[in-house]
Amino acid sequence: MNILCFKEKLYKWIFTVLAFASLFFLVGIVLVLVKEGLPIFQKVSFFKFIFGRSWYPTYNPAEFGILPLILASVWVTFGAVIVCLPLGVGSALYLNELAGPVQKAVLKPIIELLASIPSVVFGFFGMVVLTPFLQKIFHLPTGLTALNASIILGVMATPTVCSIAEDALNYVPNAFREASFAVGATRWQTLTQVVIPAAGSGISTAIILGMSRAIGETMTVLMVAGGAAVIPHTFLEPVRPMTAAIAAEMGEAPMGGSHYHALFAIALILFGATFIFNILAEIISRRFRIKLGLSG
Amino acid sequence: MKKKFSQNLGFFALFLCMVATLLALGSIIYFIALRGFGVLSWNFLTQVPYSAMTKGGIAPVIVGTLYITLGAILFALPLGLACAIYLCEYSPKSIVVNIIRISINNLAGVPSVVFGLFGLAVFVKFFGFGVSIISGSLTLGILALPMIISSAQEALLAVPQSIREASLSLGATKWETIKNIVLPTALPGILTGVILSIGRVAGETAPILFTAAAFYTRGYPKSIFSEVMALPYHIYALMTEGAHPDKQRAIAYGCSLVLLLLVLFISGFAIVLRQRQRSSYG
Repeated sequence: MNILCFKEKLYKWIFTVLAFASLFFLVGIVLVLVKEGLPIFQKVSFFKFIFGRSWYPTYNPAEFGILPLILASVWVTFGAVIVCLPLGVGSALYLNELAGPVQKAVLKPIIELLASIPSVVFGFFGMVVLTPFLQKIFHLPTGLTALNASIILGVMATPTVCSIAEDALNYVPNAFREASFAVGATRWQTLTQVVIPAAGSGISTAIILGMSRAIGETMTVLMVAGGAAVIPHTFLEPVRPMTAAIAAEMGEAPMGGSHYHALFAIALILFGATFIFNILAEIISRRFRIKLGLSG
Repeated sequence: MKKKFSQNLGFFALFLCMVATLLALGSIIYFIALRGFGVLSWNFLTQVPYSAMTKGGIAPVIVGTLYITLGAILFALPLGLACAIYLCEYSPKSIVVNIIRISINNLAGVPSVVFGLFGLAVFVKFFGFGVSIISGSLTLGILALPMIISSAQEALLAVPQSIREASLSLGATKWETIKNIVLPTALPGILTGVILSIGRVAGETAPILFTAAAFYTRGYPKSIFSEVMALPYHIYALMTEGAHPDKQRAIAYGCSLVLLLLVLFISGFAIVLRQRQRSSYG
């Protein structure tokens, strides 16, 4: 009996310890980024690092101002949201309100399947198809621009945004719709004045998670954004978002040098940004569930 | 009348959104299939590359992808399953569980290139594994962990509570119930989640950039400590490195099509499987 009891306790302990793996790795990631990233601030001040306008990590003397990279990430993410907001949310509304059961049963798995297309394939498509196309219609010296990256990232985030937004619309109780119909509202009025406001925070969660995905996405921006580390003025210029800078330069940065530390510091900022996005999404979706009377 | 008109206009706009989404994503598959199909052949899939990556096949690249992906799952599956078992079967509702949940969600949101840096600093440098299959697998394994946990959780939660109670009432202990009753019942669902994560992991590029991938290795990888060619990285490298951009582009189309087919097939299989399981639970 005693040995059985011991075994039970042992298993419980093993599972408890292993359950902390995610926390362990998350903390590990933060510690590594801090340890490898902080030394750069002995070279340049934090203020100069964030707001410096020139990124010349390999020059002598080197300059580590990441404002162009931050702005590039912001621009590209903003552009991606403009693309994926109508596509993703519009498709979710169509799926939820207009599609019949058969259409829904076919389209939902297809959307999920499309979400699994690897990012490098999107980047490749952007390079070989979209780049020459954009170059031609806008008469540009190069088609590898912020616009290109925005379009590809937006299309890429669309299935994710669509799935999450569709889930949010599903949570809106049918009683809401029926009450609206009962007072004589049309389907369109019900949709715009009852369903969308009710699912609003759920839809915002979808968009925030889409943004989080877009700002952290690496391969597509590395391949199609053009890579010029200058402050962007229009969407038709090549840019170098933070993720692209890390991916492109880490291979050449000497280990333990200033450039290496600077790239880890960029990763730390990137991590901070996505962390805030995720926490924000979590808070909003929790409120949403409480608002609709679902369990938190 | 006006009401009806605005409703029709609005619904038409939503319909256009749906069509645009499918067209945009469909055209990507269409273009790659169209131009990649001519490159595909038995030799392309089974031979090693030669003449500075411009001739021959991509067999070692496919094999490399399989090694890295399997390694990642071997690492993430036991860990993720244990975590899901704790959360579903043991967890007292407490602050600890909330912390674990939040950290899983946040780990899922970490940008893939950050996983790459973590792998570089920890596995490549600190543990001294170098740029190798094992470094890449461990890095990708951490990335796959949240996916495995959430799908295993879903599978465990789908097991009816009554089965557990029946087992406990017969005198089985908690662990015996989990091992003999809950896990076998949840197994199909867990496997589906694993297959789905295999599809995701196989296409990831950024985490293996500095931890595992090489543009060219001689033949097949020899041990878990050797550098390796992998499909997603290969596509990127063919487009940005090397001395023969035009000839490499054709191979890149072939690689993209192979990767796309591989990932869509694996994910599609898992999605269909899950659909069936969900409907069988009613």
